[in-house]
Amino acid sequence: MLVLEEVTKTFNGFTAVKNLSLEIPEKELFGFLGANGAGKTTTFRMILGILKASSGTIQWSGNPVNYKLSSKIGYLPEERGLYPKQKVKEQITYLARLRGMDKKEAADETDRWLEQFKATEYADKKVEELSKGNQQKIQFIASVVHKPELLILDEPFSGLDPVNVELLKDAVLQLKDSGTTIVFSSHRMEHVEELCENLCIMHHGQPVVHGRLRDVKRSFGKKNIMIHADFDLGFLKDIPGILRVRRTAEGALLQIEKEEVAQEVFAALQGRGFVKKFELEEPSLNDIFIEKVGASYE
Amino acid sequence: MNNFWLILSQSYTTKFKTKSFLVTTVLVALAILVATNMERIFSYFDEGGETEQIAVVDESGTLFEPFQAQFSAVEDEVKLVKTNESESVLKDEVEEGTYEGYLMLRETEGGLPAGVYKAGNITSSGSAEQIQQALQSLKTIHAAESLQLTDEQMKIWNAPVQFNTVALADTAKSEEERMQAQSLVYVLLFFIYLSVIMYANMIASDVAIEKSSRVMEILISSVSPVTHMFAKILGVGLLGLTQLGIWLLVAYLSLANQPESLAANWLGFSSLSSSMMIYAVIFFVLGYFLYATVAALLGSLVSRLEDVQQMMTPLTLLVMAGFFISMYGLVQPESTFITVTSYIPFFTPMTMFVRIGMLNIPLWEILLGVGVLLVSIFLLGSIGARIYKGGVLMYGKSNSLKDMKKALDLSKNR
Repeated sequence: MLVLEEVTKTFNGFTAVKNLSLEIPEKELFGFLGANGAGKTTTFRMILGILKASSGTIQWSGNPVNYKLSSKIGYLPEERGLYPKQKVKEQITYLARLRGMDKKEAADETDRWLEQFKATEYADKKVEELSKGNQQKIQFIASVVHKPELLILDEPFSGLDPVNVELLKDAVLQLKDSGTTIVFSSHRMEHVEELCENLCIMHHGQPVVHGRLRDVKRSFGKKNIMIHADFDLGFLKDIPGILRVRRTAEGALLQIEKEEVAQEVFAALQGRGFVKKFELEEPSLNDIFIEKVGASYE
Repeated sequence: MNNFWLILSQSYTTKFKTKSFLVTTVLVALAILVATNMERIFSYFDEGGETEQIAVVDESGTLFEPFQAQFSAVEDEVKLVKTNESESVLKDEVEEGTYEGYLMLRETEGGLPAGVYKAGNITSSGSAEQIQQALQSLKTIHAAESLQLTDEQMKIWNAPVQFNTVALADTAKSEEERMQAQSLVYVLLFFIYLSVIMYANMIASDVAIEKSSRVMEILISSVSPVTHMFAKILGVGLLGLTQLGIWLLVAYLSLANQPESLAANWLGFSSLSSSMMIYAVIFFVLGYFLYATVAALLGSLVSRLEDVQQMMTPLTLLVMAGFFISMYGLVQPESTFITVTSYIPFFTPMTMFVRIGMLNIPLWEILLGVGVLLVSIFLLGSIGARIYKGGVLMYGKSNSLKDMKKALDLSKNR
């Protein structure tokens, strides 16, 4: 289990992370969300031991994090970086060895991953000769090749085309199934909704939402109604309990205060015309995020 | 520790395999071979050439043979040819290249030999000086004869003046030793200077490449930045030693092969060189570590490779200043200025080396210089490591020395 206890990090008076306490269970995918500058990368760096917490403790399965643990941790930084002039396989093997893997095993694992990512033909190419998407794949391989117990992925899907996103998602799920604990941050809410059971939303260095995805949605209270109708739905905004009406191509998307309001809306629609669709939806993570972080986002 | 050796060997081998390293090493080794074998190369080209001839017109009729005897004593590669051709014919023959020039010998009214030498051009490499020397000797003999000196008197007349130089100071070397030491020290000094600049720059740009390509963050999440920095410095240092070793070995073998050659003589090869070469290696290593530590911390402060040169300028100037001070030291090794600067860390590697080469300074002074260097390397290493730790995480357009403080603050928190 990864445990952060009352972790605070200040830089010259600026507080990047404040009293962050988290418990991330083993063998799970944990989503770490937050706007730019919310303190995600700083938190990751502290988990990796690159930065030391100003106060509080971080422990992985009972041991404080430091360089002794580096062979058990994998990291995909947000700012991707590899030696541009070095050959792909050489480089992955070198980085794996730095994480304590022996030479032979590192080479074998590298081959296996290159095969899984259909990138064997790049093994002897220089990194700078690859396309950006392929560089991302190599970067991902470099972060997981030494079979870490704890994997930290900072924006793993950014800059990838949909095909590669699927490829990477499969790899992430496969790693999770084989027992890796994965913490990842993303700007793409749908990826988090799809992959994570637990999540945390950071705002100004503090967690504003934290828990199981289902519970988070339920406790949020507000719900959405999707309506497709062939008449104007503008009048609905006068009904109490409706927080927002957003017009869509075929009707409108309403945000309501609580589930009960849906019945009033349904009644109000009667006799107005033909309603093709009326659906009560769970709030999206995007809604929750925008509400909690309070900033226009994406 | 494992990672330390891994990074060390990685930075050694990847650099070793680069084209630029191989090319530089081979080219300089070739240049050393050429320089040390200059004589052989010259003589190889000379072999085909004919020996030079000088035409001699002897107006007195008696001077040619004694003159030839004197002349061949000072110059054995030029042949004198007695002739009675007129001047205009001789002029043409000089132009055609048959003769280097022609000499008109005559006797003055006092019965002393005199001459006029005419050649296409009079240069120091020509024979004019030797001719004059031979004539002078001839004149001396004639004068002695006309004074009717006895054999005893002749001996006194001819005996060379006794003149020796003795340096009074203990630290001084004899004039001859000094001349030889100067050349050797100069050559080795130049190698120290070049290598230190080259390898310090290599370190700085290496760190900057890792930072700008952002691979640094992965590296320092695997190993501590301090381990990383020192492993890299040591790896590149070993590379520099390899290169210097190859060069010195080439020079040594080439000179040992021909101990009588001009180059070997010029460098005082037989007496001094091996100890000086060892000192050169010692001071290269110490100088390198001193400058490389600073270079690494400077490299850690820039975000883009393009900014490295700007950052390195002060350091490069410092190395250059050290080099120029040492050049002055070659001429005035005993001046207070040189003595003082030989204990100032950034100048020690070069100026102390010059003092060792040019003077017989006591061992404790050398050890003190080495001590000063070791202490400053240690101090700079620990400060550098702290700045480095913070520096590698800082990104941004500003890259001034002010950032050092920022980097220090950042690393304090770590």
